[in-house]
Amino acid sequence: MVQFIDVFKVYENGTKALKGVSFKLDTGEFAFLVGPSGSGKSTIIKLITGEVAPTDGTVIVNGYNVGNMKLSKMPYLRRSLGVIFQDFRLIKKKNVYDNVAFAMYAIGASSKEVRKRVPYVLQLVGLEDKAKVFPDELSGGEQQRVAIARALVNNPSLIIADEPTGNLDPVRSLEIIMLLNKINELGTTVLVVTHEKALVDAFSRRVIAIDNGKIIGDGLDRYKI
Amino acid sequence: MRRWNTGYYIREGVAGIFTHGLMSFASVCIIIACLIIMGSFILLAVNVDALIEKFEKDNVVLAFIGDALSEQEARALESRIESLPNVEYATFISRDEAFKSFVEGYQDKSIFENLDASILRHRYAVYLRDISQTEQTQRDLLAIDGIVKVNANLTIARGFVTVRNIVSVVTIVLVSILLIVSLFIMSNTIKLATYDRRDEIAIMKMVGATNGFIRWPFVFQGFILGLVGAFSAYIAQWVIYTLVSNFILRSYSFGMVIVLIPFSQVALPLFFIFSAVGFGVGVCGSALAIKNYLRV
Repeated sequence: MVQFIDVFKVYENGTKALKGVSFKLDTGEFAFLVGPSGSGKSTIIKLITGEVAPTDGTVIVNGYNVGNMKLSKMPYLRRSLGVIFQDFRLIKKKNVYDNVAFAMYAIGASSKEVRKRVPYVLQLVGLEDKAKVFPDELSGGEQQRVAIARALVNNPSLIIADEPTGNLDPVRSLEIIMLLNKINELGTTVLVVTHEKALVDAFSRRVIAIDNGKIIGDGLDRYKI
Repeated sequence: MRRWNTGYYIREGVAGIFTHGLMSFASVCIIIACLIIMGSFILLAVNVDALIEKFEKDNVVLAFIGDALSEQEARALESRIESLPNVEYATFISRDEAFKSFVEGYQDKSIFENLDASILRHRYAVYLRDISQTEQTQRDLLAIDGIVKVNANLTIARGFVTVRNIVSVVTIVLVSILLIVSLFIMSNTIKLATYDRRDEIAIMKMVGATNGFIRWPFVFQGFILGLVGAFSAYIAQWVIYTLVSNFILRSYSFGMVIVLIPFSQVALPLFFIFSAVGFGVGVCGSALAIKNYLRV
C-alpha cells in the first residue's frame, strides 16, 4: 500500500528533511505517524501525495512510484488517496453537500452518481442534517467531519490525516479519531499524523515515530517522544 | 465515471461569476473600457478614410479640348478618356455649359455682357480612381490628341495621399498597442480573480482533479465575462457614436464639411470585432491566468 525504501529528501534551501526513512504500511492497517515539529512528518505526507519527489530512495503509494511519476499521472495517484488537513481546507462559498460533491465531480462522476453517494457519506460522518449548511456555520469538529466525508467520497484505499485534531478540543479530537477508526474497520487504510500524545495513547494502534528525519520507533507502542 | 461533464463546467463557470462578483464586475468593466477605446479609434479611422474618399471624389481633374475640334469631335473623345486606367468616368462640359455655370457663380452678371461662350473651351471633368496616380493620369490625358491642357491640383492630391497614409499607420499602430494593452490588463484582472480562488484550485488538485477539469470552468467563466463585456461595450459604443455624430452634424461649423458614416454601416463588422476580441481575451486570459496554479 505505502512503502518507503531508504528515502532521503533535501529541499532546495538545503534542509535535510528525511535521512534514509524506510517503512511499510499494509492494506487495511491503521497507524499513527508521530514526532515533534520539524521532524519530517509533513515531508512524508507530501511524498505520499506527490507534492514533492524524493531526493533519493523509493516511495511507492498504491502501486505508483512517486519519484518517477509524470505530472500528468499525478491526479490518478491522488484519486486513490483521501487527504484530511488540520485546517480542514473546505471551500467557504460551497455548502457541505457541494464541498463533498465537487471531489466526485473532480474525478469525472456524473450527477446521478454524486446524488447517490454524497448523502451516504454524509450519513457515515453524521452530517446528513447539515447538507445545506455552509462551513462557517459549523463547529471545528463538524468542519473536520465534512473534510473526512470529502476524503471518503471517492472510496479511496488510503486515507491520510495530517494533524486532523490540531484545531479541535480533546472531546472532538477523540470523536474524529474514533470516526477514522470506524472507517478503517470498513477496510480503508488510515495513516494519522499527529503529535498529540494522549490521543495516540488512547488507542492501541501501530505508532511510527520519527525525529530529525529518521524513524526512531515503529510498533504497537505508546507515544514515547 | 465519465471524463467530461459539460453541465458541471457550465454550472461552476456561472457560479464562479456570482460567487466572485466583484472580480467578475472588474473584469467586465475593463473589457468594456478597452473595447470602447479600441472601437472609438477604429470608428475615427473609418470616418477619416470616408472623409478623404469624399474629398478625393470632389477633386476633379479638368481636361481642356483644343479650339480646332468641333463639339461633336470633342464629345467623341469621351471613350478614349474613360479607357485610361485611372479614370473612373468623365463628363463632357461644352463651352456653353461652362460659360453658363461660370456666369452663375458671380452676383454681378453685367461684367459678362460683352462676352460669349467662345472665350472658353470644351472640357471634360475627369473623376479618378486613385488620387495618388494624378500626375501619371495628367500625362496620359495630355497624350490624347485634342486635349491641350489639363488642370489637376497636384498639391491637394498629394496632401490627401499623405493624410490617408498617416491616418492608416497611426490607426494600425494605435489599435495594435491598445489590443496588447487590453490583453495585458484583462489577463491580469482575470489572474487576480484566479488568485482569489487559489485555495479552491489547490483542493481540486489534492482530490485528483486533472488540469483540464480545473481549467474548464475558469475558461467558461472567461468566455461568459468576455462576451458580456463585448456586448455591453458594443451597445455603449453604439450609443456614444450616435450621440457624438448627432452633436457634430448639428454643429454648424462641422456639419457643413464633415459627413459621418452611419453606425449601421459599420455595425456588423464592429460586432464581429468586439465579439472576437471579447471571446479571445476572456478565454485566453483565463486559460493563461490559471496556468501557474496547475503546476503542482
